Amino acid sequence: MRDLSIFIVGAAGEGIQTIGDIVAHALLRCGIAVFTSKEYESRIRGGHNSYRLRVDGPNAPRHDANVILALNPAAAEHYRAAASPGAILVGESPEGQDGLSIRFRTLANETFDSTIFANTLAAGALGAVIGLSPAIVRSVVENRMSKLSEDVLEQNVRAVQIGYETASKLVEDTDRIELTPTDKAHSFVSVHEIIPVTAAAAGCRFMAAYPMSPSTGIMTSFARDPELGVFVEQAEDEIAAVNMSLAASAAGARSMTATSGGGFALMTEGLSLAGMTETPLVLVLAQRPGPATGLPTRTAQEDLSFALHGGQGEFPRAVLAASDPQDAARLTHRAFDLADRFQIPVILLTDQFLADAHFSLEALTIPPSVPASGLADPSSFETYERYRWTSDGVSPRLALGQSEHLVCIDSDEHTEAGHITEDLVETRPAMVEKRLEKLRQLRRSLAMPEPHRIEDADVVLLSWGSSRGAVQEAIDRCRKRGMKVGALHFTELWPLPEIDYPDGISYWTVEGNATGQFARLLQAEGAPTLTGRIERYDGLPIDAASIVAALFGEDEEAAS
Amino acid sequence: MIPAERYRTDAENQWCPGCPNFGIQTALKRALGALDLPPHRVCLVSGIGQAAKTPHYVAAHVFNGLHGRAVPAATAIQLAHPGLKTIVTSGDGCIYGEGGNHLLHAFRRNPDITVLVHDNQIYALTKGQGSPTTRRGEKTRMQFDCVRSDPAQMLATAIVHGCTFVARGFAGNIQTLTEILSRAIAHRGLSLVDIVQPCITWGNHPVSWYHERAVAIPDDHNPTDRNRAIELALEAPDRFPIGVLYETKPRETFADRDPGGEVPMFERPPVDRRLIDARLARFRVQGTT
Repeated sequence: MRDLSIFIVGAAGEGIQTIGDIVAHALLRCGIAVFTSKEYESRIRGGHNSYRLRVDGPNAPRHDANVILALNPAAAEHYRAAASPGAILVGESPEGQDGLSIRFRTLANETFDSTIFANTLAAGALGAVIGLSPAIVRSVVENRMSKLSEDVLEQNVRAVQIGYETASKLVEDTDRIELTPTDKAHSFVSVHEIIPVTAAAAGCRFMAAYPMSPSTGIMTSFARDPELGVFVEQAEDEIAAVNMSLAASAAGARSMTATSGGGFALMTEGLSLAGMTETPLVLVLAQRPGPATGLPTRTAQEDLSFALHGGQGEFPRAVLAASDPQDAARLTHRAFDLADRFQIPVILLTDQFLADAHFSLEALTIPPSVPASGLADPSSFETYERYRWTSDGVSPRLALGQSEHLVCIDSDEHTEAGHITEDLVETRPAMVEKRLEKLRQLRRSLAMPEPHRIEDADVVLLSWGSSRGAVQEAIDRCRKRGMKVGALHFTELWPLPEIDYPDGISYWTVEGNATGQFARLLQAEGAPTLTGRIERYDGLPIDAASIVAALFGEDEEAAS
Repeated sequence: MIPAERYRTDAENQWCPGCPNFGIQTALKRALGALDLPPHRVCLVSGIGQAAKTPHYVAAHVFNGLHGRAVPAATAIQLAHPGLKTIVTSGDGCIYGEGGNHLLHAFRRNPDITVLVHDNQIYALTKGQGSPTTRRGEKTRMQFDCVRSDPAQMLATAIVHGCTFVARGFAGNIQTLTEILSRAIAHRGLSLVDIVQPCITWGNHPVSWYHERAVAIPDDHNPTDRNRAIELALEAPDRFPIGVLYETKPRETFADRDPGGEVPMFERPPVDRRLIDARLARFRVQGTT
């Protein structure tokens, strides 16, 4: 069966993540692509949470399920509305409802005298329902739980077996799902897993950050893997984090930080400092819905305008937005390169969806080169001034302590030598021009949006960042229904290069916020009048169904 | 011994004529000279305020960043380039007020930096508001009736938090200050020097008031005596015992955690590409039929 959507639902602490990981890896071992995403509440125990697997389909979210595995009756009830027609409900279903009723906790208690094996029982049951072989599921469990003591591991293996057999007996009366194993290899990876590896490969040496969902995984990756050679410090707040990262950069260490919207609010003065002092800095802004604390564990594309405009005064910056892990690898490398070449802050936008979702990619590469160091050769100067005038606005950069040439870096408006000045006649206007000349140069370096099936399109979707998978899926669906849709997908958002928009096409923006932040950016930068704006702001990622529904003017159920 | 002239810069000085900042600047140049630290081996880091302009007037590498953020900046510079002697020079408003939380955590982190606080008990550059060290009961151009909060006791706080070098200097006694700064800069780990400094424009007291209260700590003071050091620190703001209040055995510094050691981060070779490929391989799952 192609494109199978599975929801594993339960309370936090019931182990839905473990089940999802086991089943996902079992599928990958069969050479079948699986896309997983997480949807959870901001709490440690309880609540309603889902781990979603999309099997042998596109790397994009689906908000409806063909199979729902419920670990408790309340979760079964809560997610019932997501069941697509003919969906199979497995597990702790409420009394009197259809489905493969298995009481995982009761069964675990009866068999092992402990409920902790309920989730491995459930993993076995799900494996049976979706047609995985028991040997594969057992092998994945053995592999992933190899650190457990021998008898606990053995009990888990037995639990998988019992879950598998129990479900197998029940599943006979319903439609059995057939999977076709292949010998394909996949990289199973999230955007926030690939960013640290790429950053290390790109020569990053230092990161200071403050934990904030959904950005935290990046700092913990460096802490967990010291061989990557990136010194990571948990700062006392985001203000310290950004100031440490940028000061390390001023001392010649390629540096980054990461945060979410609230932390970025604290970092904006530091961002402006990077602009004024012309210090390279890579900042990952992992978006979540606001305002204020908002929905800490949900997703949004609400901070585009903030990324574009945050920080006092006028200074050049680049804003990039990742779409998937391959793209994140390219953009992380690019962020360090642009930051060094133009001596600017570069913001890389991600979001909770990208932080948690795992993509199956047949190919995954990291750019092979290390971006050239932006540091100049000290022996090429008789005398040195940090902010010396140049035709492109980029002054030769020496790091603090790089040589006997003294480097003076100042947050005040400064002379070429870096000293405080209030010369309003010559120096101030010239320094403003110098900084803005870098923006002009940068604009020429940014990439055009990526076209997708626009050759014959009557409708073109203008999208950015994490919606790419959903947009491409929506285009396929629209074309099956006779609407010729294409897309221009943006990953390099600022400064936008000059884009040619053909006439006679209706343009729609697609984005994860309620006020059309991207639409306004495009309009300000010369895009034609939009036919419509497709916006999602409920905290869930944009899916193909909602795009199709909006284009056909239907409600979502009809379009899915 | 490097002569003080080596640390002269061409930057136009913006301090009030006669400001005790000049005394602090002189003591700093002499201390650097006494320690044989040439300008290119020193990085001066500051925030915002009149004191924070000091780096422009002392030849060295300079990072004059944001108000309150000098300590985290210096922490990272020292880590990224351990060969630089990194010294913060900023005011009480910057270090104790805007940056107070950073200082607390710097005590825990223990970077090998020296923090000089030009403590004039007033916000001078913004023209006379109370600072974290203004005495309770003093009138300012903001607290018009008087300051109703108690002054911060940051030296005692430093000692309590495990800072291994804590001293108080006086801008009016350059020779003693030079000796204190030399010891502070030579100390391994975070060294904090609060420098009592009259503000001749906005201050509430004449310079003579400070001279009466800035008294040398007793000759028999044992700087490893933590409790006595705290008592001496807490004599402020009525008296300002001048000297090294507390000095104890250096402990692990922030940069000691870095396996890269003394090599500046910009000189380290790129990470081995094979290691990156091995990490990519961890994501890879081979299918079998």
